[in-house]
Amino acid sequence: MGNPNRVKAESGIMRWVDDRFPATQFWQDHMAKYYAPKNFNFWYFFGSLALLVLINQILTGVWLTMSYNPSGEGAFASLEYIMRDVEYGWLIRYMHTTGASAFFVVIYLHMFRGLLYGSYKAPRELVWIFGMTIYLLLMAEAFMGYLLPWGQMSYWGAQVIISLFAAIPVIGPDLAQWIRGDFLISGITLNRFFALHVVALPIVILGLVVLHLIALHEVGSNNPDGIEIKDKKDETGKPLDGIPFHPYYTVKDLVGVAVFLFVFCVVLFYFPEGGGYFIERPNFEPANPLVTPDHIAPVWYFTPFYAILRAITFDLFGLEAQFLGVVFMGAAIAVLFVLPWLDRSPVRSMRYKGWMSKVMLALFAVSFVILGVLGALPATSLRTAVAQLCTLIYFAFFLLMPLYTKMENTKPVPERVTG
Amino acid sequence: MKKQLFALLFALVPMAALAAPAPDVPHSMTPDLNDEASLQRGMQLYVNYCMGCHALEYQRFARAANDFGMPQDLVEENLIFSSELAFNDQMRIAMSQEDGESWFGAAAPELSLHGRLRGPDWIYSYLLGFYKDPSRPTGVNNNVYEQVAMPNVLEPLQGVQEMVCAESDRPIEGAELDPLSGKYQSCEVLQVTQPGKMEPDEFEEAVYDLTNFLAYVGEPSKLQAQALGPKVLIFIFIFGVIAYLLKREYWRDVH
Repeated sequence: MGNPNRVKAESGIMRWVDDRFPATQFWQDHMAKYYAPKNFNFWYFFGSLALLVLINQILTGVWLTMSYNPSGEGAFASLEYIMRDVEYGWLIRYMHTTGASAFFVVIYLHMFRGLLYGSYKAPRELVWIFGMTIYLLLMAEAFMGYLLPWGQMSYWGAQVIISLFAAIPVIGPDLAQWIRGDFLISGITLNRFFALHVVALPIVILGLVVLHLIALHEVGSNNPDGIEIKDKKDETGKPLDGIPFHPYYTVKDLVGVAVFLFVFCVVLFYFPEGGGYFIERPNFEPANPLVTPDHIAPVWYFTPFYAILRAITFDLFGLEAQFLGVVFMGAAIAVLFVLPWLDRSPVRSMRYKGWMSKVMLALFAVSFVILGVLGALPATSLRTAVAQLCTLIYFAFFLLMPLYTKMENTKPVPERVTG
Repeated sequence: MKKQLFALLFALVPMAALAAPAPDVPHSMTPDLNDEASLQRGMQLYVNYCMGCHALEYQRFARAANDFGMPQDLVEENLIFSSELAFNDQMRIAMSQEDGESWFGAAAPELSLHGRLRGPDWIYSYLLGFYKDPSRPTGVNNNVYEQVAMPNVLEPLQGVQEMVCAESDRPIEGAELDPLSGKYQSCEVLQVTQPGKMEPDEFEEAVYDLTNFLAYVGEPSKLQAQALGPKVLIFIFIFGVIAYLLKREYWRDVH
């Protein structure tokens, strides 16, 4: 019965299932006989942690939806209802708000791992592109979710971001109005953001996570040495430096999960506002279209890009500064998509790249962090100058990459994985 | 391993750099949500002096009674004044927004989340910051909230406070430090000139209790979080130890 080419259980209920559904085959392909390099280090915990946080967001999100009221009149009050009257509502909500920030922490570290060990290079370009698409949609998901509490910062943060679209020449104002569904942000905007946040985007993100994993398992995982473990196999065809993902990495990732959850729960139980950066103070006041808060800062995970936007204070090529800022901000994200074709180095891992790659990556990481800090602070002329310098470094890292990765001398790559 | 720890610390740097700046107010206070007596006194002050105008739309009498260890009959007798409000109701008021606007020029805000919006330091400083100013319609001004529309409802307790020229131990903006006395010379020092029912120290304690109560009201779940947090963390720690031992056992044969 069924497809004779499949791996099947010998007998029993699993055999019955396997004759109708490739359960055992699937388990072996993706867990028990998926060979991962044995030299994964600290940086390789963040993929599975991202999956954990995604599941946390979906589950807590479903439960929040049960008590949330997506209307301009009722949203703010329904949040306080969740915080005070729903049993463990406060816990579910803080798991969701802390989870949102945790998601970006693990995703940023996960992406940095990719940069560090060249995980985007051939044949893993699609793994990287699916991942980048997830990141892009995650930003949209987070942005729309942030409107839902309907506090002052929800309202005015959304106001700032949507007005970015209005800066696009010719179609801008109409586009912004189309996004809002109204002449200003209103209950109509809240309703459509709710629909996108809880239905449309999660479905697409989940689908892309599946594609990300299928693409990864097709080409196999990279490792800190950036060499292909499939090149050296034993007589049975198993990679010599590979170990089955299950049980080796499932148990190892459990340790990562425990450490992550410990930190996560410390924040959740004792610092749920994240020092005013996970939940911003003005959001404890209901949205008021007539009163603008003193200082509008996006949530921390958007601040690097917000700083790039604000760093563009000059007109260029006949484009106005405001629109140019939007272009630069968009380009800062778009350039990540073409990264696999910018890196011309013969080696993948930073361990064997030359000093120029190392210096550029370090400068890039520092600039990104500085931009993140600056984006959360009110602009001054000194800060704008620093942000401009960091923006320059940010783009130089990518745009000069074809040159410095080709020019520099690389170290010889080992035959087999090290340590 | 050292490298990894360094990387983690590096990743945490922006968090430290971004720590929220303290609001610029003259006093600070740290709420103590485990001090039931203080919370009870704070609630008593609130219903007697504040609740005429300021509702707590999201705070139920019953929740506070439960969290502060107050029996229902005591609360009903001493803290619920309106016949329209029951023990399980939120601490609503009868005054409408429109009345507030026409009587004071601004509607009295609902204060459930003020403990989180403004923060306890601000509320504490604000309540201590009223001083006599005959140019204002209410006869008082406030050094934290200039031109405030609210009268000093705590004046019977505090007495009349005035802004005078004096020395102060605390730094005052624009004031010069006298190097001999080590004190600040300023004409913006607040001093009680006509005593009220309470001594200044006693009054500061009362304001502490009131602020403590409002800090509680901002996030009553904090008590639950404090109770649940350690249990969850201990569980995760034990889970982590077991997971680590399991990992070590499985990885014994990986070379």
